[in-house]
Amino acid sequence: MRRDDTQIGGSQDRFPGTRYSAIVAARSLEPEERRRGFATLIAAYWKPVYKYLRIQWKSPPEDAKDLVQSFFALAMEKGYFDRFDPAKAGFRTFLCTCLDGFVANERKAARRIKRGGGHGIVSLDFEEAEGEFSRIEVPGPDDVQKYFEKEWVRSLFSLSVTTLRDRCEKSGKTVHFQLFEAYDLDAPMGGERCTYDDLAKRHGIPVTQVTNHLSAIRREFRGIVLDHLRSLCGSEQEFRTEAAALLRQDGS
Amino acid sequence: MKWLGDESLDHLQRLLDLPDLGGTRYELLEPLGRGGMATVHRAFDRELHRPVALKVLNTAVADEQTQARLRQEAQILARIEHPGIVPVHDLGLLPDGRWFYAMREVRGRRLDQVVGEGATQSERLRIFGRICEAVAFAHAHGVIHRDLKPENVMVGSFGEVFVLDWGVAKVLQSGGGPAPDQEKPSGGGSISPSAEVVTPEEALRTSEPAASCEMKGVVAATRHGTIIGTRGYMSPEQERGEVDAVDQRSDVFSLGGILQFAMTGAVPASPAGEWSGRPPVHRTLRAICARACASEPGQRYATVLLLMEDVNSYLQKLPVAADPENWWRKLRRIAAKHRTALLLVLAYVVVRLAILLTRGI
Repeated sequence: MRRDDTQIGGSQDRFPGTRYSAIVAARSLEPEERRRGFATLIAAYWKPVYKYLRIQWKSPPEDAKDLVQSFFALAMEKGYFDRFDPAKAGFRTFLCTCLDGFVANERKAARRIKRGGGHGIVSLDFEEAEGEFSRIEVPGPDDVQKYFEKEWVRSLFSLSVTTLRDRCEKSGKTVHFQLFEAYDLDAPMGGERCTYDDLAKRHGIPVTQVTNHLSAIRREFRGIVLDHLRSLCGSEQEFRTEAAALLRQDGS
Repeated sequence: MKWLGDESLDHLQRLLDLPDLGGTRYELLEPLGRGGMATVHRAFDRELHRPVALKVLNTAVADEQTQARLRQEAQILARIEHPGIVPVHDLGLLPDGRWFYAMREVRGRRLDQVVGEGATQSERLRIFGRICEAVAFAHAHGVIHRDLKPENVMVGSFGEVFVLDWGVAKVLQSGGGPAPDQEKPSGGGSISPSAEVVTPEEALRTSEPAASCEMKGVVAATRHGTIIGTRGYMSPEQERGEVDAVDQRSDVFSLGGILQFAMTGAVPASPAGEWSGRPPVHRTLRAICARACASEPGQRYATVLLLMEDVNSYLQKLPVAADPENWWRKLRRIAAKHRTALLLVLAYVVVRLAILLTRGI
């Protein structure tokens, strides 16, 4: 079968094989590899963790910021994630358990600031996170885990969109990205998405080209999401479970 | 970083698993059904201007093993062309790296739905006969289905019957053994009461030795002594994971279970052959099911054709091999078969007697 010649991203749009795992890297004895692994994990998880702290632990914004920084700093320093066993639970479950234990201890000892609080290991845009937090309906106590899961998906997709945008800019495919953004990312105006015709007129290209561009960029996006997801899983089995849940293959 | 609202998230999640049909002759319509391994989508063939069903692997399981399995399924279907087996039109690779095959779009209701809606006994037996014909045809071509159950039978609006889901079929070589590309288990498996169960699809993509597993209580499978099938319809040798022992008599067992379900509307109890007793079913049909579902393969019908023959004999009120009869039952059967003639003779005798008695008076 012939592949669409408008596609971008080369072979990376294929279903990804076994690749880099940030969880494995975060447990590496090699400092640079370990740092790289943590950077990936933090990029994917800091926002869900921040929002989780705001809801589950009712932390004020300033406290939540410190706790996020402290938690990841201490996780790296003390090797929290070294204990993760993919055979026992998913990484997010493990992460939440670690986080709950950490916050409970911090509160008990009341020494949060002394434990790395305020000593951020990476620069995080907490204002953006707080802005997002204020746009989302706060869930009830029973729905916090579900909320965390959703925020994780939001974070994963946002990261993937950023990667996609960067790739498109580098490869001169800005029209592809603009089409994707307008049709698939932006919330529909008045409940209805713009049509391919609208997009064709807006960009001065034929409708068939809109179809081809969207097809190619969605393929690219799919590959990026799965790549990110795989890098955030500790095992192939966990990746499959996560991918099935993410792609609604669990029947939800 | 781009803010993604809830609506955009939902849209992206749906979008991600849709097959990428770019560069193919197919236009995606709506999903028809989703299984653990693959999803069947309705699509439109732009070249031939007709709707088709596309079976595409789910992203999460699209590894080399399952991809190979899907290809094999398509190839198996392609070699058994029969009115009761959905024909495959095309096999190919999507731009997103997933294999798919296109088949005729079949519309209708599953057998369990047909039975649940109260089809008559004769209609159920007619459907059962069509199922047997398709399975017998596959057996004649060396293909064992291995997961026959009411959910895998589709009844069309014109009464046509299709046996579906050949995804775990076993291909026998002419010598009777499995084909070279079939799984080669290293030992027998078993299903313990607390065992974990996975779907056949999951089993087939499990490369490492795995314990038996349980999910939804019906389907079991492992690689290490492959267990494939659905409880209630799965033969004992399948439950034990004895892959080499699985042959057409294993499908005969499943067909016995289907016949039992068609008659009672209930999934056969374990051990197979027991009856819930509701509604009452003729003892001959019960005997046919019992023989089909015998624990020992040697005690079952040797072929599906023999099973069909017994069901047809029952319908025609002829002697049934599975239900030997004494002289009294034989007499009753013959009387039932020739009821009209007997009634006419009886009526004639009564009238003659009445005339004689009238004249005598």
